[in-house]
Amino acid sequence: MTEPYIALSEPVGDTIAKTTCYMCACRCGINVHLKDGKVRYIEGNRDHPINKGVLCAKGSAGIMQHYSPARLRAPLLRTGPRGSGEFKEISWKEALSLAVDWLQPVRETAPQKLAFFTGRDQSQALTSFWAQNFGTPNYAAHGGFCSVNMAAAGIYTIGGAFWEFGAPDWDKTKLFVLFGVAEDHDSNPIKMGISKLKQNGARFVSVNPVRTGYSAVADNWIGIRPGTDGLLILAIIHELFRNGQIDLDYLQRYTNAPWLVIDDEGKEDHGLFLRDDLGKALVRDRKTGALVRFDEPGHVADLNADFTTDAGRKVRSVLRLMAEKYLDPQYAPDAVSAETGVSAATIKGLAAEIARVAFEEEIILKQPWTDMKGEQHDVMIGRPVTFHAMRGISAHSNGFQSARALHVLQTIIGSIDCPGGYRYKPPYPKPATAHPRPHGRAEHVTPGKPLAGPHLGYPLGPEDLLVDADGKPQRIDKAFSWEAPLSAHGMMHMVIANAHAGDPYPVDVLFLYMANMAWNSSMNTRGTIKMLEARDEATGEYKIPKIIYSDAYSSEMVAYADLVLPDTTYLERHDCISLLDRPISEPEAACDAIRWPVLEPDRNVRGFQSVLIDLGARLKLPGFVNEQGGALYKDYADYIVNHQRKPGIGPLSGWRDADGAGEGRGTPNPDQLKNYIDNGAFWMKHIPEEALYFKHHNAAYQQFAIDTGFFDTPQPVTIQLYVETLQKFRLSALGTRKPVAPEQYRQRLLECFDPLPLWYRPFEEQGVDTKAFPYHAITQRPMAMYHSWGSQNAWLRQIHTKNPLYVPGGICDELDLKDGDWVWVTSHHGRIKCEIARTDAVNGRTMWTWNAIGKRSGAWALDKNAPEATKGFLLNHLIHELLPPKADGMRWSNSDPITGQAAWYDLRVQIEKAEAGEALSEPHFSTLHRPGSQPEPADQLRYGQEWAK
Amino acid sequence: MTSLPQTRSAKKLGLVIDLDVCVGCHACVISCKEWNTGAYGNALSDQHPYGDDVSGTFLNRIHSFEVVPDGGQVIGEAGDARVVHFPKSCLHCEDAPCVTVCPTGASYKRAEDGIVLVDEDKCIGCGLCAWSCAYGAREMDLAAGVMKKCTLCVDRIYNETLQQEDRVPSCVRTCPANARHYGDLGDPASEVSVMVAERGGFDLMPEQETRPTNKYLPPRARTSLASAAPMIPLAENTEGARGFFAWLDKTLDRI
Repeated sequence: MTEPYIALSEPVGDTIAKTTCYMCACRCGINVHLKDGKVRYIEGNRDHPINKGVLCAKGSAGIMQHYSPARLRAPLLRTGPRGSGEFKEISWKEALSLAVDWLQPVRETAPQKLAFFTGRDQSQALTSFWAQNFGTPNYAAHGGFCSVNMAAAGIYTIGGAFWEFGAPDWDKTKLFVLFGVAEDHDSNPIKMGISKLKQNGARFVSVNPVRTGYSAVADNWIGIRPGTDGLLILAIIHELFRNGQIDLDYLQRYTNAPWLVIDDEGKEDHGLFLRDDLGKALVRDRKTGALVRFDEPGHVADLNADFTTDAGRKVRSVLRLMAEKYLDPQYAPDAVSAETGVSAATIKGLAAEIARVAFEEEIILKQPWTDMKGEQHDVMIGRPVTFHAMRGISAHSNGFQSARALHVLQTIIGSIDCPGGYRYKPPYPKPATAHPRPHGRAEHVTPGKPLAGPHLGYPLGPEDLLVDADGKPQRIDKAFSWEAPLSAHGMMHMVIANAHAGDPYPVDVLFLYMANMAWNSSMNTRGTIKMLEARDEATGEYKIPKIIYSDAYSSEMVAYADLVLPDTTYLERHDCISLLDRPISEPEAACDAIRWPVLEPDRNVRGFQSVLIDLGARLKLPGFVNEQGGALYKDYADYIVNHQRKPGIGPLSGWRDADGAGEGRGTPNPDQLKNYIDNGAFWMKHIPEEALYFKHHNAAYQQFAIDTGFFDTPQPVTIQLYVETLQKFRLSALGTRKPVAPEQYRQRLLECFDPLPLWYRPFEEQGVDTKAFPYHAITQRPMAMYHSWGSQNAWLRQIHTKNPLYVPGGICDELDLKDGDWVWVTSHHGRIKCEIARTDAVNGRTMWTWNAIGKRSGAWALDKNAPEATKGFLLNHLIHELLPPKADGMRWSNSDPITGQAAWYDLRVQIEKAEAGEALSEPHFSTLHRPGSQPEPADQLRYGQEWAK
Repeated sequence: MTSLPQTRSAKKLGLVIDLDVCVGCHACVISCKEWNTGAYGNALSDQHPYGDDVSGTFLNRIHSFEVVPDGGQVIGEAGDARVVHFPKSCLHCEDAPCVTVCPTGASYKRAEDGIVLVDEDKCIGCGLCAWSCAYGAREMDLAAGVMKKCTLCVDRIYNETLQQEDRVPSCVRTCPANARHYGDLGDPASEVSVMVAERGGFDLMPEQETRPTNKYLPPRARTSLASAAPMIPLAENTEGARGFFAWLDKTLDRI
């Protein structure tokens, strides 16, 4: 038989455009192959620091995202009532002048009446700069409902955190412990890393109530009870103390373990550090017994100090306080086993394995280096144990302290930024003290003028809160108030509820970007929808009078906007992944990247950032207009190249100066974007060999950081095992230090603001009858979907078209439930009806489902009867933004009391079999209209048929 | 009926899939779809792509199973139920029944390298090959009315317009977990053959006697945490923190 001829060497496309993916937050490099003006194929860029050539399902499905029928086509003005989805398409001229008409009077009279919140924003350096120049204190992105607990706990403790801040040393680590779900936070790097370490013979332990995804390939899976991770970690710390498995040399050199804590109850400095006249923390030199500054060269700090100073101050080292606290039998594995659902033998085994790998599999790199005290080291000593955590720990009301506990665990085994350990990614490490303080108090806000400083930052004590003389919140989301003092990312999840209630004040314009607040990005979705629809009884006006929204697609939120500014797809725009913003560096290199229009839009849409810059010029905001009042920047591309945050520092670090030779610092270079495009859309500067580890105390790294423009002076990090800032809040609660905390917050401050990590039961569990709501319900992030974006994608939605509730086998047996049965799930706040599937790969008291598959009928250009809308569902309907009322009638926010992080994973539920009836998930909402001229989606796709051979 | 090649080269191109590291992310599934919908043969169509009954042609799919091994490690309230992600595409069998069953000669196995292909010009869409495949690895494209299957990216692996390192199937090129390997399983010295030998690679359903070329690598052996060598508590650690402080003093004096 003769075999047919096959064309084996056809070129893939006509051209390859290298840009940056935006199918999730990972930001991989992609090669977009273009053929006949269409996208033929998208693959990972082999040279790119993040993904090194690989690409996930989302990235490859970018073709379908780019051609999605849910794309908005032109600016929209609402014509029907909010929620109807009835709009008319208007011109950009009309849209922009309307926005100016709404915003200009606000800026001139009361800038705080603009609430500007951006969702999954990757341009926060620009959006915050715009908001600051507008003058409103009410700006933040979505970190408050995502992972601020991880970020804030990390910055206060180690001056870094996971994901964008740092990563395991994948090549050298020998034990990796993953807490919770991590699928879209460093998604490809973690998959690559897990594979690498397993192929190297390292052990991978997953701590997660649910055994999906990465947990499926873990050597050991610990199906922990939700919300008890912190307790498990403290039990491991207990074991390490009990067995003397801690790195004393590391603690003495690089942490505040030897710092001296004042013991003087009733005094305003009780529990604070003993400091000299310049405010420098003091330690005792173990050789001479003298008090010396912690950063003074030539001493050995005494970790075991417990004495009274010549001035009569009773002091103890931090390490002594830690030993006293963590050796308490309450943290013994046997004592925490029932609470965590993890056997004592497993906890002891995990602790023993951590100790064995850290100390018996020590790595010695023959790489000389010099520390910040000038001491020369011949080698770099590695403790190859690493950890990663994101929302699994973060989205609990005890998440800040649990994340702190994890960093303390990493630190006591000497595994922060050492070979085989956790490694900072530039521009981190950066201590809390090197970050700004928040701005937004009345004295920072002046009509017609910029806000006095940046909105977000890291308070160092209650004196930095954004409250008035009576202790009342000053921001619409109540961030940086006594309710959530260290809310470093703001609290987007409280904005609509507070604006609706006019508490602390009403707003006039709510301006949102890429935040699906009328659906999966809000707790209490039905309630949020009602608040968006609510009108003032007297005037008939909406309680939130004007809503401007920008999105590329017809998400559920579009239907609630008054004015819609349609964004482009990620292949049609300029973007800047900046070191000033959310960086994509790797532990061995500083990196940044761009997106650029590899295709021109075929619709009347504009990139949001260019629109924001245009609005800035129309509003004559400083930083957006020149002295003559003319626009400073033509568009975002122009801004990316020419904006300077301070002389020589701009959004992009690569190819600065006229000749393109500048890195980090340098004057703007008109060819900068071309230089990026020619290099595959990213820039990478390698860290010198002697600066690759111990960056927090490495003189060569600190010099690299200065040269590259991260800092102007060295910013070493002394790891803060004991966080003095937290103790200051307790002193305020005790009334011994000013400002004194308002009465109603005192108990909570005393209970939760422990300067050493502690565990307390999640608030919802404390507040509800756990017999009535005996189970946990949580979500997991599917690897093939990013939030609500995936379901509009013809290819991705075939992977997850609906989401069942996965119910543990034991509960199924008890309630006689089988696959395909329908159940009612009830919380203290609401109830939902959904379909179930049985599972045994789960903690026996926990049910779970995929995040954000459920859609509102008619949204995202899906058929009104799409399974996403009829069988998909959200747990959000069960979660209230407030906790159940307490005895005092107060309703606290359902958030971490320290950072305000939304406590999504604290949810407690009951479940019962639903009567036979319509197979339709509840609650079900009316069908949204397709907005504007959005066409009827195709009934069949044959993508690429014209290229068939 | 169609014949398998009478004379074959020793070359047996195929995939080795590592179940120890596959996390079920579906990267290979979608990368396969996007490459093959614009490459060899007809596009891979999707029916009702935004409708209530969406379906489409995929040449590679992942199935996830939950298994409870006998005598597994029990950790607290959770048992040891395992989730196995199992990617599946045509295994390019040596004795491929999908070829011999084909009434038109459309389904064939290449003599040169063992790849099983469908000549879409000859395919009448009768579906016999899909019926004969024990693995369910063939999919009828509803729009084109022809049978689609994994081509091992035959238009990539020999494609001289691609860099040498990119001349691999799209699923292998993209896999973030490095769970997919491509090579000549007919050459015992090839990297893939060595991997199969070292890791105990196995045939899927060998009792079907189709002699699949593709191999699967089983999960590596796991050891429980509870069996980790226990730590030895500080001898002096009798009560509270006192023992710890004594140890601390002694140890610090040695530093």
